[in-house]
Amino acid sequence: MRNAFVLAALAAPLVFGSPALAQGAAPKPPPPGASSCSGCHGAAGSDLPTLSGRSADEIAGSMAAFRSGERPATLMNRIAKGFTDEETRAIAQWIAAQGRAK
Amino acid sequence: MTGFSTDRRRVVAGLAASASLLAAPRALGQAKPKVVVVGGGFGGATCARALNRLGIEVTLVEPNATYTACPFSNLVIHGSRDLSAQTFTYDAIRRDGIAIAAEMASGVDADARIVRLASGATLPYDRLVLAPGIDIRFDALPGYDEAAVDVMPHAWKAGAQTALLRKQLESMKDGGVVVMSVPANPYRCPPGPYERASLIAHYLKTQKPKSKLLVLDAKDSFSKQRLFQNAWKELYPDHLEWVGLAGGGKTTEVSVKDMTVVTEFGRHKADVANIIPPQRAGRIAADMGAADRSGWCPIDPVTFEAKLRPNVHVIGDAAIAGAMPKSAFTANAHAKVCADAVATLLRGETPGEPKLINTCYSLVAPDYGISVAGVYHPAKGVLADVEGAGGTSPLEATKDVRALEAKYANAWFQIVTSEVFG
Ligand SMILES: Cc1cc2nc3c(=O)[nH]c(=O)nc-3n(C[C@H](O)[C@H](O)[C@H](O)COP(=O)(O)OP(=O)(O)OC[C@H]3O[C@@H](n4cnc5c(N)ncnc54)[C@H](O)[C@@H]3O)c2cc1C
Repeated sequence: MRNAFVLAALAAPLVFGSPALAQGAAPKPPPPGASSCSGCHGAAGSDLPTLSGRSADEIAGSMAAFRSGERPATLMNRIAKGFTDEETRAIAQWIAAQGRAK
Repeated sequence: MTGFSTDRRRVVAGLAASASLLAAPRALGQAKPKVVVVGGGFGGATCARALNRLGIEVTLVEPNATYTACPFSNLVIHGSRDLSAQTFTYDAIRRDGIAIAAEMASGVDADARIVRLASGATLPYDRLVLAPGIDIRFDALPGYDEAAVDVMPHAWKAGAQTALLRKQLESMKDGGVVVMSVPANPYRCPPGPYERASLIAHYLKTQKPKSKLLVLDAKDSFSKQRLFQNAWKELYPDHLEWVGLAGGGKTTEVSVKDMTVVTEFGRHKADVANIIPPQRAGRIAADMGAADRSGWCPIDPVTFEAKLRPNVHVIGDAAIAGAMPKSAFTANAHAKVCADAVATLLRGETPGEPKLINTCYSLVAPDYGISVAGVYHPAKGVLADVEGAGGTSPLEATKDVRALEAKYANAWFQIVTSEVFG
């Protein structure tokens, strides 16, 4: 018991005290590109669509349609072309998981 | 949940794996690694919040009680927006539990890892994030010194300067000449001068139709150029004249006394002069040795760590971000990637390669928006364009599409400012 306490105290500088980290699991950094999205996609009620509550399939599907040009866009077509299918899916999964977390 | 013994094993394993990391936190026994963020603008405020969410102890250093945003400040100059719509407090950031040192950072001792504050207090850090934005170079344009800004405003930092330029335009007689001087690259917000020129021309056309705007530019090409120039031809043929470098547009001197803007080819008398002067990273960057001879800060494109100072990260306008333009959107995107990289580095791990997005909207008229976008990744030591992505709005588009982009521009400002300050 005492030992564990000392070890935990020593380890403290490495775990930042956030609940996730205290349990030993560092939060996985977002996949490449994902953190930029919230610059335009926020809460519902904006002229720019919200992503919260959307499934990963829906987000990835939209991105694929923007990329192919199948879905018209003012701007998302230009951005979607910067990501591979795999990258897009990772971003979509991360955003969908964030949405649930909030 | 796992049992006690598993937890303990994890802690032990963590410790063993981290023998080499014990150098990372500043001092043994310190509860949490400390990060100091200097500058509470789009870059710094975003980064402080992102770090805080990652459980890192953050202090944000920012002398101003409120932040006045530049994006959309050209509409204040146009006369259709109140400056108060540009102003944000740090209350929400404080409510997050982020400590704010409401004063100027006066210096940094990078060896001792200490930020010095104007009051004389010091803040130790494990890692430092510098987001000081820009400073005007008062040594670069003869005649344009600190006193000149009260007569020939730059309005390139929003606030009193924005209000002054607006007031000057309002009091100008119809038939007056507005002269705008635009610097060579790099500078804050590459399309910003052309948005401003458009909106001033719109104001003149609708309110003071006998007046004219002369734009003197130190370059021949600029962001969204064809879109801007096509629109100018269509909307402001009698009110806006643009002179590029080849035509003698480079400003070589200004005279506040004569209200004159001088180029290699001539002298231009102005009723209102808006001088957008050459710029550099906020002065603390050079003072602490993070800026190179260009005045801006070279960075690692994965971690945003300054190439000239270890444990110091530079984001936003102050950084040399390769192909990424100096924009609020960029600063916000930098900040989030940088926060993740800082957290990863503090764990003693190696950050993965990021991708970043930028979008800059410009208003050619209040209901006429155009955009440029890009996707960026680290390549050959800099942030480079992802090929095949990005670009500008189409040259041919209906009025409805332009109006939609103007609407999206507004929505972007609402969303980004609520992410940063709300
Ligand atoms: C007219 C105009 C229009 C624009 N329009 C757009 C647009 O439509 N879209 C867009 O994306 N961008 C736009 N921009 C660009 C945008 O404003 C900047 O790129 C953005 O503000 C950069 O963010 P930053 O955090 O790097 O710097 P800033 O936002 O300038 O923040 C820097 C902060 O650091 C503080 N600071 C500086 N030194 C110190 C110190 N030593 N100690 C403590 N604090 C310090 C300052 O007080 C300031 O609050 C525009 C700019 C202008 C001028």
